[in-house]
Amino acid sequence: MTTTITHSWYMMQRQLRNLARQPAYIAFTIVSPAIYLLLFGALFKKVVDLPGFGADSYINFLTPGIVVMSALYSAGWSGMGVIQDLDRGVLDRFLVSPASRSALIIGRLTQMAVVTIIQSVIIIGLGLLVGARFPDGGIGLLALVLSAVLLAAPFGALSCAAALMARKEESVIAAVNFVLLPLTFLSSVFMSETLMPHWMQKVALFNPVNWSVQAGREALSSNADWSVVCTHLGYLVIFALVCAWLATQAFRSYQRSA
Amino acid sequence: MSRNGAAVVLRERSDASGVAMTTNSSEQTPAIEARNLVKTYRGDVHAVDDLSFAVQPGTIFGLLGPNGAGKSTTVKILTTLSRPDSGEARITGIDVLREPDRVRHVIGCVAQRSGVDLEATARENLTLQGRVYGLGGAELKSRVAELLERFGLTTAADRVASGYSGGMQRRLDIAMGLIHRPRVLFLDEPTTGLDPEVRADTWREISRLATDEGLTILLTTHYLEEADHLAQNLAIVDHGRIVARGTPDQLKGELHGDSIQIELSEISDSGSVQNAIERLGIVRELMVEGRTVRARVDSSATAIPAVLAALDGAGLPVASVLVSRPSLDDVYLRHTGRSFSEADTEGVR
Ligand SMILES: Nc1ncnc2c1ncn2[C@@H]1O[C@H](COP(=O)(O)OP(=O)(O)OP(=O)(O)O)[C@@H](O)[C@H]1O
Ligand SMILES: [Mg+2]
Repeated sequence: MTTTITHSWYMMQRQLRNLARQPAYIAFTIVSPAIYLLLFGALFKKVVDLPGFGADSYINFLTPGIVVMSALYSAGWSGMGVIQDLDRGVLDRFLVSPASRSALIIGRLTQMAVVTIIQSVIIIGLGLLVGARFPDGGIGLLALVLSAVLLAAPFGALSCAAALMARKEESVIAAVNFVLLPLTFLSSVFMSETLMPHWMQKVALFNPVNWSVQAGREALSSNADWSVVCTHLGYLVIFALVCAWLATQAFRSYQRSA
Repeated sequence: MSRNGAAVVLRERSDASGVAMTTNSSEQTPAIEARNLVKTYRGDVHAVDDLSFAVQPGTIFGLLGPNGAGKSTTVKILTTLSRPDSGEARITGIDVLREPDRVRHVIGCVAQRSGVDLEATARENLTLQGRVYGLGGAELKSRVAELLERFGLTTAADRVASGYSGGMQRRLDIAMGLIHRPRVLFLDEPTTGLDPEVRADTWREISRLATDEGLTILLTTHYLEEADHLAQNLAIVDHGRIVARGTPDQLKGELHGDSIQIELSEISDSGSVQNAIERLGIVRELMVEGRTVRARVDSSATAIPAVLAALDGAGLPVASVLVSRPSLDDVYLRHTGRSFSEADTEGVR
């Protein structure tokens, strides 16, 4: 157990250090959410005027959405790192060493949590800069970041699992593109749920991305219903556990076919 | 490692070119033991097909074979990366299948494919590797510095490994395999793709590990000369099976017929030359051509003194003797029916 924790820490350090050495990655993770925030913020500015939208400023509405969406995307791509380790023989090197097996996954997930937190803070800052206001901020913002992290964890695990199964960059890219975009648009990241077609609302009920956005937005609303927040966060935790289990299974299957 | 270990090694090495293991070493638990290993991949690829061998502590064992022979698969099974379909394996007596965690602490592994984290520096690579094995603090720091020094990586130690040459990456791989002072080291084609100079350095380092530090080393290679040079015992693998095993000299000795070529000082009657030599009954394919006498013998070591004595006795002075020993290439050819380079290109997928 202590080995798992210390090894996870070492693995997380390694990955954060390696990420920090890729300026292109850093630029990308900062610039792309900024672009989304500004672009979609301008594009959909008027939708708040639609009857029944239920928010008074689109940037207030959009910021938590972009926080969640960015977490989803960084997590979704984390499998690429696994592919790289696999191609470069780093994974095999760790597998013949006493490195804790779970640490190889946990290290990656905690690294992702750190990235998600930093990214969320940057996006919230940007949001404030272009006029978003969260009067009851504080705890609500914390809950938003938490919900982003809890979304990143399961999708990071899924992405790692996909990488271990497919073992090819192209397949992971295809799978990620196939999954992330629909999940984003079948949620209330950009559009208020009340204005979605009926069937989409039903689908969104089962969409983890939606759970995360709902939790974050509810926590930021002026008289937040914390039971809604907690229920959604609870779903995310359960989903994360299932995905972590899947990732360990993928690991087993990788080792079996070695 | 220990003084004791080194002493045992020296004793065994001295008989490396001899015939059998000393009684001393055959009583010890083998450092590596593979028994009836079988591994079949999807698509009915019999990567390893009933492989058995044992490696005595402190010796270098070579697995020699062309592409696709099953060398890496064997290494993967022995290093706990892959599970065999059947068979057993033990490392220093520990069961690889039942107690992989314990085995992992005992072994070091340098895989065929480099395992260097290219985004990290040599020092960072080594440090993380050490930590994974439970090392830390000042001990780890000095061990890292020692290995960097020993593998000529000190000046590059704090540069990111993606800028390293192939030779530097390979040396870093080997250094990482040694960080925790393993007792058994697996080297899967450690010198493939290195230029000759770097290869010679690597050979020196590998023999040093076995002689000075008492490591047991399993080495796989494509290079006949590498196996000949480094391994005390070797097995030739083809299509997942061992087709021949023994010391390099034993294997070469199995090939009946060293060729010897004798130059006489003066031209003499070929009849009397033939007579003198054939009477010994130890040569075949005798051929006398002017001053040159050619023959094939079972073992030049015993035949030459006898032949020289016979010629001397017949009053036929000898100017020079040339012996050509069969190479491992000949051994390979004999056991697989293919020449090595042929098998190697055919095996390329
Ligand atoms: N993970 C795998 N999945 C399927 N087949 C495999 C796998 N690994 C190896 N093989 C096949 O098993 C056989 C033995 O391969 P192996 O890598 O052990 O050979 P090798 O002796 O190490 O060859 P080389 O000299 O090229 O490294 C080959 O036919 C190879 O294609
Ligand atoms: Mg190989």
